[in-house]
Amino acid sequence: MDIFLQQIINGLVLGSIYALVALGYTMVYGILGLINFAHGDIVMVGALVALTVAQALASSGLPAPLILLLAAGAAILVCIALGITIERIAYRPLRRAPRLAPLITAIGISILLQYTAALIWGKQYISMPELIKPAHFVVGGAQFTELQALIFLLACAVMAGLLWFIKASRVGKAMRATEQNPDVAGLMGVDINRTISFTFLLGSAVGAIAGVMVVLYYGLGHYFMGFMLGMKAFTAAVLGGIGNVAGAMLGGMLLGIIESLASGYIGDLTGGVLGSNYRDIFAFLVLILVLVLRPSGLMGQQTGERA
Amino acid sequence: MSRVMDMRALPPLQRWLVLLAVAALLIALPFAVDAFLGRTWVRIIDVALLFIMLALGLNIVVGFAGLLDLGYIAFFAVGAYSYALLASPQFEVHGPFLLLLPLGALVAAVFGILLGAPTLRLRGDYLAIVTLGFGEIIRIFLNNLNRPINITNGPQGITLIDPLQVGGIALSKTYTLGSLTIAPVHSYYFVFLACALASIFISLRLEDSRIGRAWIAIREDELAASAMGINTRNIKLLAFAMGATFGGVSGGLFASFQGFISPESFTLLDSIMVLCMVVLGGMGNVGGVVLGAILLTALPEALRYVGPLQQAWFGQIHIDPSDLRMLLFGSALVLMMLFRPAGLWPSTTRRRELAVEDDVVAKEQANAAG
Repeated sequence: MDIFLQQIINGLVLGSIYALVALGYTMVYGILGLINFAHGDIVMVGALVALTVAQALASSGLPAPLILLLAAGAAILVCIALGITIERIAYRPLRRAPRLAPLITAIGISILLQYTAALIWGKQYISMPELIKPAHFVVGGAQFTELQALIFLLACAVMAGLLWFIKASRVGKAMRATEQNPDVAGLMGVDINRTISFTFLLGSAVGAIAGVMVVLYYGLGHYFMGFMLGMKAFTAAVLGGIGNVAGAMLGGMLLGIIESLASGYIGDLTGGVLGSNYRDIFAFLVLILVLVLRPSGLMGQQTGERA
Repeated sequence: MSRVMDMRALPPLQRWLVLLAVAALLIALPFAVDAFLGRTWVRIIDVALLFIMLALGLNIVVGFAGLLDLGYIAFFAVGAYSYALLASPQFEVHGPFLLLLPLGALVAAVFGILLGAPTLRLRGDYLAIVTLGFGEIIRIFLNNLNRPINITNGPQGITLIDPLQVGGIALSKTYTLGSLTIAPVHSYYFVFLACALASIFISLRLEDSRIGRAWIAIREDELAASAMGINTRNIKLLAFAMGATFGGVSGGLFASFQGFISPESFTLLDSIMVLCMVVLGGMGNVGGVVLGAILLTALPEALRYVGPLQQAWFGQIHIDPSDLRMLLFGSALVLMMLFRPAGLWPSTTRRRELAVEDDVVAKEQANAAG
């Protein structure tokens, strides 16, 4: 029971990171019908920027929360600039092109980001200075740290804010209109290009926050970290129903829990034949199962031809 | 396509002469390269021939049928491992090459169908992600199947794989023909050349066949294709199986040529490299894909000179050549899609399509202006 609860807690923390990254995929997919392959790598850039800032300021004597805020702020700014530039250069000219074309540019951008990051930060793992001293809480036999609680609560706050923003604000309304039908939205006076740029801005900013969380949680950053994270977040978005913002959050949490439980128990269940070194497989298995059994995801609408 | 057309336009005698000249050139090529550039370049040509086969296989899936496959290297891996496991000290099995190569192709084709079957209902981008996941799953299994029973030998890979051997002729030996020395790289060249030419021939014939036209119809409009009586399920599965077969054969050849394989050789980046070859050359055009494969195999070798150049100019190496290669691949994918989406050597249908699209847009704009 203790282990079970522990895995659920770990899964929720992991899941809240997946959910934040998944939001970036799902918002862009909803509005452009495009899988933004480069999103995972934008998150990676955010993580590494935050790492660099934190490392530079670690010995400056500033209070830890301030360093964290500065690092996160820098990451968010860089990611927003990246996201908007990428949309402008690689996706906007191809908006009316055959579907394969923007997908291939997205893959190209993803590779470019990875190897540019390798040039800047090198290919070794970079470690994060410890800013938050681990303090443990114990609930019902399972323990969690202050950091885990912070990640979970912050992620929930960001998601709630985003949901409210999309539902209530003027720009959010424009985003929803563009998602339904860009041409008609344009006729109604919505500036399509600005709305799409803004979607990328939101997705990248939320992704940057997720990136900061990853380096805080694992204490490490790497130029290739965006790939697996991106794959899993995309799986989470599909699981929740791609294009659906609330679905991405649900999918992220669920995937985190599934992964954590599966990799925690796989050794016992298979009598030691398969170990936790297979943990990365579960996301792909979930993805394939969802796409086969229910391509529209848990909260998506049944639109038949979409998948 | 166009090249074949040109050939047919020539009178028979000239046609034969051209063919003969090309044949002589291809036979002399490895020896000339050996004499002028050294043996490493013969090896590079061998690898280029393998990649031509691989790229032509992916071209069937992506270029003809329009199904974006990002895990294609998995089939290459399946072919390579099924050959390596049955022709190496790993299980103390040393099967005959002529049996193992078709077997590897068959196993790869089965994997192709296994991947294709659940993804049939998916389109474009979803398919891309699922195939990507499939490729990763295969790699993770290859990496971890050394416990509890050692099957793949994990990250260490399989060594001492039997070289290609048919009857009494082993390609690992050096033969002399008069004053001509035929080293293993030369013998492999001829085997690979034969296979690559066969792949080109099969691709060209497939493109013009009933099946090939069905693939292209599905790529253009799946709904319309099925309304025209094409069994889209079977035809798409066939594309996956056929592409996988090409991958499996080249995988087997690769294993026997290298003598060593490990999961390292079958990463996502390799899938993307093959995709680059297809995209750069021209999706759906056999000639273009061959061109793309040759260019992108030669590129990293040419980049090898960049390291010393940087050393000479800046006093230190700023960019690792293999990173530079990936940066160039990434830029190539983006720039090609933006400025020349049909590739360096586009197929006629593709060019027509893209031109029509432009026409429609131009007309709309003209209407709006008028």
